Amino acid sequence: MSAVTTPSKAPRSANVMPETPGWARWANDHRKWLFAAPAMAFVIALIIFPLAWTLYLSLTDSRGSVRAESNFIGLQNYFDVLADTDRFWPAVGRTAAFTGVALLFEVVLGMAIALLLWRPFKGEKWVRVAILLPLVATPVAVGMMWRLIFDPNIGMANQILGWVGIGPQPWLAGQSSALPTTIFIDIWQWTPMVVLILLAGLTSLSDEPQEAAMIDGASAWQRFRHVTLPLLMPTVIVAVLLRGIDALKTFDILYATKGRGGGSFNEVETLNVYAYGLSFDYNEYGRSSTVLILFFLIIIGVMWALTARRKKEAARR
Amino acid sequence: MGRRSIIGTSLAVTAALALSACGGGGSGSGDSNTVRVTLVNHVWTENIRAALPEFEQATGLKVDVTQLGEDQLSDQYNVKLNAGSSDIDVMMYRPLQEGRLFAKNRYLADLTERAKGSGEFDLADFQQAPVGATTYEDKLVGVPIITEQQVLYYRKDLLEKSGFSAPPATLDELKTQAAKIEADNSGVAGFVARTGKAAAVTQFSSFLYSFGGDFVDGSGKSAVNSDAAKQAYEYYGGLLRDHGPNNVSTDMSWSEAMAIFTQGQAAFYPEANSLYKNATDPAKSKVSENVGFAPFPAGPAGSKPYNIPSWGLAVNESSGNKDNAWKFIEWAAGKEQTLAQQKAGVPGARTSVWENPEGISTYPKDMADAITVSLANGVGHDRPLVERVAQAREIVGQPIVDAITGRDAAAAADTAHEAFQKFLDDEAR
Repeated sequence: MSAVTTPSKAPRSANVMPETPGWARWANDHRKWLFAAPAMAFVIALIIFPLAWTLYLSLTDSRGSVRAESNFIGLQNYFDVLADTDRFWPAVGRTAAFTGVALLFEVVLGMAIALLLWRPFKGEKWVRVAILLPLVATPVAVGMMWRLIFDPNIGMANQILGWVGIGPQPWLAGQSSALPTTIFIDIWQWTPMVVLILLAGLTSLSDEPQEAAMIDGASAWQRFRHVTLPLLMPTVIVAVLLRGIDALKTFDILYATKGRGGGSFNEVETLNVYAYGLSFDYNEYGRSSTVLILFFLIIIGVMWALTARRKKEAARR
Repeated sequence: MGRRSIIGTSLAVTAALALSACGGGGSGSGDSNTVRVTLVNHVWTENIRAALPEFEQATGLKVDVTQLGEDQLSDQYNVKLNAGSSDIDVMMYRPLQEGRLFAKNRYLADLTERAKGSGEFDLADFQQAPVGATTYEDKLVGVPIITEQQVLYYRKDLLEKSGFSAPPATLDELKTQAAKIEADNSGVAGFVARTGKAAAVTQFSSFLYSFGGDFVDGSGKSAVNSDAAKQAYEYYGGLLRDHGPNNVSTDMSWSEAMAIFTQGQAAFYPEANSLYKNATDPAKSKVSENVGFAPFPAGPAGSKPYNIPSWGLAVNESSGNKDNAWKFIEWAAGKEQTLAQQKAGVPGARTSVWENPEGISTYPKDMADAITVSLANGVGHDRPLVERVAQAREIVGQPIVDAITGRDAAAAADTAHEAFQKFLDDEAR
């Protein structure tokens, strides 16, 4: 037994010189913790702590000031919020509608544009740059720009409609047209990102399946439907995942176009805008935290569903 | 690759955080010769910034100004004061909007001793109502610097064209004149005003008082469904609905409404007088030559515009630099600066500047007259006097937007009354 040295100890005693100071030896022994420490500190300070604190606040009746005394009230906030058909559920509905409609258009349009840009053509570079421009603009500036364009009285949109004989529309100012208008702005701004992701996926596809299908006499639509799309599916899911989570969390465009509370009738108040209003306008920190935790759970759920789908797709290949 | 990049990024972020923390610590902790002042975008702020070198020379202090928009300012205070941050010394705030909440949360330092102890400052010179608004539980927690009265902005040329020799003296006349002017001029609305649910409340308040109503009655109960209130909601909303701009948005605050007025697209506009430079400055207004000002038109209960302290200065309770912070307030809200501000178009809260002929010498004559009326019979608040003002404004403002969009104002007032009473009960709890 004494003749056998365990392999784990051998390199350590061989590498470390006898005169190495104690701290260096300790650091060497714990290097995997040491190297990870900054990242762990970062995660704890900026992710775990805020999350835990929000969770704690959601179980209290904290309002006015988070430094003021508050009582632990258990799940009362959750019951209250889930029973709130006045602001919470409509906000959930708007969040879902905003994300669903925007995402649908962005993926369909994004796919169409990506297919157009797939094959090389003259002036390709310029077209690509032009298409990507909305992506690099700051959302607040975008919001302000569209607010001017959609102004019901002096905006360009109504002027152009006037030229073709259509009467002025209220756009952002209308109670029922505000949400569709903000969805339009989101589509305008974020379709390019979907194009970018899908284009990357398309470029990485090999030509052989396409050629084989062509030899078999498949039409362009058949090739897209039965060859390109299935091969591209994992990329599509990535695009949906990234854009979907982003769309759920949209705040800037809504705030820049409609302001606090999503307008006087809460026309574009999504969960994010609602939670913001609860904490910054109403100083209802407990309730706001509850909405945020519920919102967080919704996002996690959506993400989980999409990732599961993606794994299934990957396994099928 | 993924993991490595995450660690790399986190290292970079940690390093950046550490560095910025050092930076913040350096300027945040000790240097008591620097007074850190947070101010809102306002004519007052422009004037005080121009005069700062004078203060810095006289005292040897350095003033570090952060300037923000109204909403950003409010958010900034929410974040920083909540965290007990000491990196704000002097704060410009709205006594009627955030005052009670901040005072109750003990964000505002007690200035009573300092103000009373300073002979030159002369606390007794301040008008009573504004000082009342910056006092909490008998302690002076702020100093009012700007007062506001509501007046009626109007277009002299349009009135003349339609054959009116004088601006409306009553709300009935206002309606008649607005209708006539709108009919005479295509593309011009008879009337424009704030339309946002919360933003409109302050400008609506004068209509409410002039109809004989108020948000809360003498016994502290909601009064937004009184007959007077219902009439006022219907009047304000109806005027915008019938004689306002086409496709009127229900999100307008003063900047949007002012833009419509200064673009020449409306004849009448009730607004705070402190914003009048926006309408008379040729650089900002297409109609600067033709803007007139009239006292708030009388309703069934007379002409009762609000007369309120819109902004004040306070010292952050967590500041480690209170003495120098007070020195700044003593100077910025002192007699000399208040007079200079008043001459530059910002109505002050000191009695002396209103009694001094020099104090109103630079005002347009009709504006000075209109203000005199407001000072005489003005009401000291323009929104419900509660702690959670933002929420209350949304509740009592709902009937305004309902009326604008053609819903039944009286029914909306009943609904709002129920919600507002519940809110008041909850607040009293």
